[in-house]
Amino acid sequence: MTEATLPIAIPDVIRTEHLVKRFGAVTALRDVSMHLVKGEVLGLVGDNGAGKSTLIKILTGFMQPGGGEISVNGEEVKLRSVSYARSLGIETVYQDLALVNELSVYHNVFLNRELRYSPLPFLNNRKMREQARDHLMKMGVNIPSVDLEVAKLSGGQRQSIAIARAVYTDAKILLLDEPLAAMGAKEATLILELIHNLKAMGEVSIIMIAHNYAQVLEICDRVNLLQHGTITFDKPVAETSLDELNELVMREYRVGTTKTSMKS
Amino acid sequence: MAETILSNAPMPETELPPEPVRKGFWSRLGRIFLRQREASILVVAIVLVIYFQLSSSNFLTQFNILTLFEFISATAIIAAGEVMLLICGEIDISVGQVFALAPFIMYLVNQAGFSLWVGIVAALLVSSVVGLLNGIVTVWFKIPSLITTLGTQFLLNGITLTISMGEPVLTPSEGQINQIMGVNPYSEIVWAIAVMLVVQVILSFTRWGKHTVATGGNQLGASEAGVNINRVKMGNFMLTSVLAGLAGILEAFRITSISPLAGGTTIMFAAVAGAVIGGTALSGGIGTVVGAFLGVLALSILNDGFTLLGVSAYTYDIILGAAILIAMILNVRLRIWREAGRQ
Ligand SMILES: Nc1ncnc2c1ncn2[C@@H]1O[C@H](COP(=O)(O)OP(=O)(O)OP(=O)(O)O)[C@@H](O)[C@H]1O
Ligand SMILES: [Mg+2]
Repeated sequence: MTEATLPIAIPDVIRTEHLVKRFGAVTALRDVSMHLVKGEVLGLVGDNGAGKSTLIKILTGFMQPGGGEISVNGEEVKLRSVSYARSLGIETVYQDLALVNELSVYHNVFLNRELRYSPLPFLNNRKMREQARDHLMKMGVNIPSVDLEVAKLSGGQRQSIAIARAVYTDAKILLLDEPLAAMGAKEATLILELIHNLKAMGEVSIIMIAHNYAQVLEICDRVNLLQHGTITFDKPVAETSLDELNELVMREYRVGTTKTSMKS
Repeated sequence: MAETILSNAPMPETELPPEPVRKGFWSRLGRIFLRQREASILVVAIVLVIYFQLSSSNFLTQFNILTLFEFISATAIIAAGEVMLLICGEIDISVGQVFALAPFIMYLVNQAGFSLWVGIVAALLVSSVVGLLNGIVTVWFKIPSLITTLGTQFLLNGITLTISMGEPVLTPSEGQINQIMGVNPYSEIVWAIAVMLVVQVILSFTRWGKHTVATGGNQLGASEAGVNINRVKMGNFMLTSVLAGLAGILEAFRITSISPLAGGTTIMFAAVAGAVIGGTALSGGIGTVVGAFLGVLALSILNDGFTLLGVSAYTYDIILGAAILIAMILNVRLRIWREAGRQ
């Protein structure tokens, strides 16, 4: 037990070294070295256009970096495609993209992994319904019924189901790009609770992009600030505060304005 | 990992009560009918039957019912395939020409000395190749299926006219085949009902069906989940073509002759109209085969009843057009209400 508390005994599930990504003249990522510890929730914050989404897209195999290395579970890998990243247990949840409105909740949970009365080709709806219900219960996702069409659920409920599904399909590393964006307080609480439950289970590691520092402090274990294409701040949440985070961003803003005023 | 833990998890006991009723009686009734589109179309069909029977006592005679079956069968078979395609977000307007081509393939193979069964199988195979072609062009070259199948429609019409040399032929006969395939006055409607049931089961109770809905409902999300949307689309193009070919063959047996001019847009539009009136959304993701069958049924009753009453065909077209427009508006409203139904 004592060993587990030593930093060296906690493995990194993701580690990047000097990642670079350019879009023509725009350098989205200049030099990003970061890591994700097994079982933790890492909050990724930064201004609009800082490169947060770009980093997530590289980690999910959707984009290739222009330079740098990525290791997953200690092994250097080239995340050449989304399906390859997925085979390594990396899954990204995009709001509203993931679910099929016209299908029931449980058909969504089991999309493309439907259970059947094999060898017959017919769907075992009873079993899927039960397992989906149990799984969502276990995750603490609260919906009226798994029989409902997803179109009838709120944004928060749908986001919860998408996250729960990703976990159900054996995702070990969840990448959440602004899971709390465009959500009311009640909805956001749903997602925060779900992430909290996931953390308690300790099976998955999560990178979460967010703009609301209070929420980051509430749910994350550690926070990384991405500025001008590089990580400029990396602290456990316990060692920082809302004031400090706000101050960092304000400082950037002040520096930014003085720079521009100096140029002109 | 999750699966093993889950099977031991306790069953939840709490199921929230259904959402409380807020709206007035009529709007509630309206919504129930919209949700149960099949039921409402059935009601419309029954009302039409009662009306026509009251206005002309000839409506519910055995002779007229058989006429009605003739109206319904081929269109309903084509509609069953078309619904699957519409649900996955595509459309096939070349079905009328597959309908004309298939019996000629059967005839020619039979003329070449093969059994009529072989001819039927060959005709269905050719139909499936047409569907595959439609699918490949649409999926690989990313051409809207409306355009793809507009092209194949002309292509197939040309081929049919060429191989038939523009002349109709007599449908060959062989043993019991003719009875089974359409000479018996009840065989075609039995085929149509059987096709409807099989395709509805595929849609509701198989992976293929769920993937079809997912492909039309959220193409990006479905492929993100690993659904092979290209395969789903190509498969449904093939299914639609094969069913159109089957419908053409059945008609050839019933009429006992094969005409190169049998195909066309009329039967295709009737099938699509039936599907739309039966609740299929042209935007994909929504629809049922039973609904399409009932849509075709209602349109056929209307058509047949008007003929009996001596109402002009123009009037029928006016009503058909209005019915399609109303159905489309209802489909769109339905979608909006569903979205608005979120808590
Ligand atoms: N596909 C692309 N092509 C060209 N430029 C891009 C592309 N994707 C991102 N960029 C640019 O890279 C920079 C970083 O974008 P990114 O989306 O990663 O920012 P972000 O941190 O996610 O911002 P936000 O908080 O607004 O979501 C921006 O300047 C953006 O314009
Ligand atoms: Mg972003």
